[in-house]
Amino acid sequence: MRFIRASLSRFIGLFSRERRDRDFADELASHLQMHIDDNVRSGMSPDLARRDALLKLGGVMPTQQIYHERSSVPVLENLVQDLRFTLRQLRKNPGFAGTAVIIMALGVCASASIFAFVDSALIKPLPYQDPTRLVGVYESVGMIPRSNLSYPDYLDWKKSNHVFSSLDVWNGQSYLLRTNEGTELVTCTRVSDGFFRTLGVAPLLGRDFYEGEDLLEAPRTVLLSYQAWQRRFGGRQDLLGESITLSDITYTIIGVLPREFQFALRGRSEFWTTLHPSGGCDLRRGCHGLYGVARLKDGVSVQAASAEMTSIAEELERQYPDSNRGQGAAIVSLSEAIVGDIRPILLVLLSGAGLLMLISSVNVASLLLVRSQSRRREITVRRALGAGTMRLVTQFVTEGLVLVFLGGGLGLICASWTVKLLVRLIPARMLAGMPYLQDIGIDFRIIAFAALLSLCAAILFALIPALQLSTSDLRDGLSEASRGSAGTLWRRFGSNFVVVELAIAVILLVEAGLLTKSFYRLLHVDNGLEADHLATVALALPEASYGKDDQAVAFGRRLVSRIESLPGIEGVGLASRLALSGNGNTTWIRVEGRPFNGEHNEVNFRDVSAGYFGALRARLVRGNFFSENDDLTKPNVVVINRALEKQYFSGEDAIGKKIGNTQLAPKSVRQIVGIVEDIREGSLDEEIWPTIYIPFNQEPETYFSVVARTSQPESSMLTTLVAAIREIDPSIGTYGESTMNDRINDSPTAYLHRSSAWLVAGFALTAFLLGLIGLYGVVAYSVTQRTREIGIRMALGAEPTSVYSLILKEAGLLILIGTAIGLACSLPATGMMTHMLFGVSSWDLPTMAAAAVLLSISALAASFIPAKRAASLNPVVALRAE
Amino acid sequence: MSDKADVWQGTLALMILKTIQTMGPLHGYGIARRIEQTSGHRLSVNYGTIYPALLKLEQEGAIKSEWGVSDNNRKAKFYKLTRSGRRRVDKESRAWEQTTAIVARFLEPTEDPA
Repeated sequence: MRFIRASLSRFIGLFSRERRDRDFADELASHLQMHIDDNVRSGMSPDLARRDALLKLGGVMPTQQIYHERSSVPVLENLVQDLRFTLRQLRKNPGFAGTAVIIMALGVCASASIFAFVDSALIKPLPYQDPTRLVGVYESVGMIPRSNLSYPDYLDWKKSNHVFSSLDVWNGQSYLLRTNEGTELVTCTRVSDGFFRTLGVAPLLGRDFYEGEDLLEAPRTVLLSYQAWQRRFGGRQDLLGESITLSDITYTIIGVLPREFQFALRGRSEFWTTLHPSGGCDLRRGCHGLYGVARLKDGVSVQAASAEMTSIAEELERQYPDSNRGQGAAIVSLSEAIVGDIRPILLVLLSGAGLLMLISSVNVASLLLVRSQSRRREITVRRALGAGTMRLVTQFVTEGLVLVFLGGGLGLICASWTVKLLVRLIPARMLAGMPYLQDIGIDFRIIAFAALLSLCAAILFALIPALQLSTSDLRDGLSEASRGSAGTLWRRFGSNFVVVELAIAVILLVEAGLLTKSFYRLLHVDNGLEADHLATVALALPEASYGKDDQAVAFGRRLVSRIESLPGIEGVGLASRLALSGNGNTTWIRVEGRPFNGEHNEVNFRDVSAGYFGALRARLVRGNFFSENDDLTKPNVVVINRALEKQYFSGEDAIGKKIGNTQLAPKSVRQIVGIVEDIREGSLDEEIWPTIYIPFNQEPETYFSVVARTSQPESSMLTTLVAAIREIDPSIGTYGESTMNDRINDSPTAYLHRSSAWLVAGFALTAFLLGLIGLYGVVAYSVTQRTREIGIRMALGAEPTSVYSLILKEAGLLILIGTAIGLACSLPATGMMTHMLFGVSSWDLPTMAAAAVLLSISALAASFIPAKRAASLNPVVALRAE
Repeated sequence: MSDKADVWQGTLALMILKTIQTMGPLHGYGIARRIEQTSGHRLSVNYGTIYPALLKLEQEGAIKSEWGVSDNNRKAKFYKLTRSGRRRVDKESRAWEQTTAIVARFLEPTEDPA
């Protein structure tokens, strides 16, 4: 207590030093005066009296010094002094200070921004109870390692497993909701009864689903997301028990989910209803439409769960060979299911940002090194005047800390903007699937991360002049002729720094080159269609008025003719699932007249209208596309893609052959009339799957998309399209209107490739510039150091060309070493990104060569400037130069 | 000098406090003189060391200082005990007495234990 009080008072003493010192001087004066008075009174001469008083006191200066040290905190006082000195120094040299701070800020900004994403996506736990025990549960088949579960499989898995304390399922569903503005298609989710209990989420208002509430006979109930509650019900507390109609079915509202509830795998879902398994798909074991989420029992690992579920799946395969052939099980942690795809990308970006931070620090360090050379004299003088090594080192540490503090602070401010900007650049549809980014920003973890990085940089910065200190010799530093030897430390460290910078620049250039090339390849991959001038919109028809096949067919015809009649439309097509929307929606086929052993020949199936191929400008390989007249009254026909032909009809003509389902049920058998060049159904970087195209008029749907080829800019047609659909029937829901090019460019694949290419290119460009500046600095400094030597050489008859070669040789060696190290290190670095690359290997020699050549030439050009200055030196002036 | 003892660490504070308690408000010079006198000139006190000790006591809140006028009409800074200072003198005096008593027992000539 006493100590704390004293410390506090000493700390306060920091700020009243001068007054206190003056006060004490007065006190001492009065002390001496009284002592002298006494001495004189006892008979001493005034001189002797004074001397005795001083002697007894122990000297005025030492007393004042001891008193002063006690009155405040000497360490802090030195720090304040150093800070003042540093700031004065930096102010005196704003060019150096500004450059160093900006370079530091760049590094910190890049690393902190990327780390903010890494933290939100990979480090922060999922917002569920004990989230590490949650797993995603999938079936797995050949082409799809994580595929959906069927409802009967789910029931069996749930019943027979011993590894999950609970297993639940969900699937995405869209419902038509009538609102005052018209019919809207809202994003919803169907879940099994225990879904929220498995996650450990309790409703904010009302209750969770009862056990058994997901069965067909249970009354229909719905939970609202917090956002839907606020937006559609104004946050009313009394809405429980009210009913809401979704796609013509009435649900009772039983609760509202908490505001912070999120489920990344589904994105922004407004209404959560229960399964109520019915209809063709839910009850069939062969129809897979559900995703599982489960909580592991205590002590059960993901691997153990995986093993048990696989053996259960094998058992089911034996029991139901027809439907379950080849259906395995896949269990992954829930966080892996959510962020597994972007983890490698984020880590590559983080390492890129880390390299940029490193190059920034090294760059600033070499600036400091140059500066410390020019401060040798100052240091030596201060040393000669009695400054101890520790005291000088403290001073350098302070300088390093000030630079880092300014740079880091600026970098963090910059990062808070960068993060917001980067989030805004994510397409809205993708952002919906990344709820973990919703409150991303600069929080204390990011600040701590930046502080840690900065601390490392500060240590580096402080180390350099301190090293300088240990090697410097008093006499040497003071003497005028010391210039020649001044560069030893510089040569030892400065050139190494440059090699590091150049090597990092090469690594980042190679990475950026690979990502850019891969992105280019991705955008120029053959999609089997002409994406320009295509406008698309998806629609949902109410089952009540369009549930019957002939109703839907009639509507399809009406819709096509209505849109065709619009000005500026060149072609219209309908598709149950548009090209480039993702593989999936598959069926099993069997070729008539071939031996069959129950194997599952999985192919994409798409119901498309006769105009679809024309609208896309898909290319016919052989045979014919079907026509508008191929409807329910005509024989069943089908168009297959080239991949299917290659896989199932190699060496024979597929046209005229018949395919059907595994039982070859008469209704399912269709004659192949045409083969279309592969249209990309999945994402840009996925393989082409075998696909069958069935006439819309023979298998109509109530959820499908319209695609229209336009003669005008396609984006201007989107609203016209929607209006035309609404005009036919306002009870139809439309959604996702966009141009085909936007669908391609905003697709997650394209976005991830583009953003990583841009970011790494940005890092690479910055690193490249910093590397060049670093090299320029080294060479320029070396020329200054060698001015006299060059002067002597020239005086002895050296030609300017030999001066050039002298300087450029030195630079060339550094460039060579830097580039070589960079290329060598780029191999493991790019190896990390193999799965991020499309159509280009991580070993791409042209890219590596281009990076090396670009850097070498630019670096040589940068060192040419000081070389030129050296060659044009006047020997007389150079010899006098000191 | 050799026959004079140095001031033990930590005892100077107690001497100062006790001196002020006995003499009432006093300036630094007076305190130094008084300590010398009280010790019968057997302690060698560097007068200068009084001041950091006074400062420390003041920082710890045991004493307060105030400018005033000395007996001989000189301006001087006077130190006086605060309430917590008075409590501290009593406590530390008792502790000191106890310590010396204990140490004294060890130094007394004793009979051999049986």
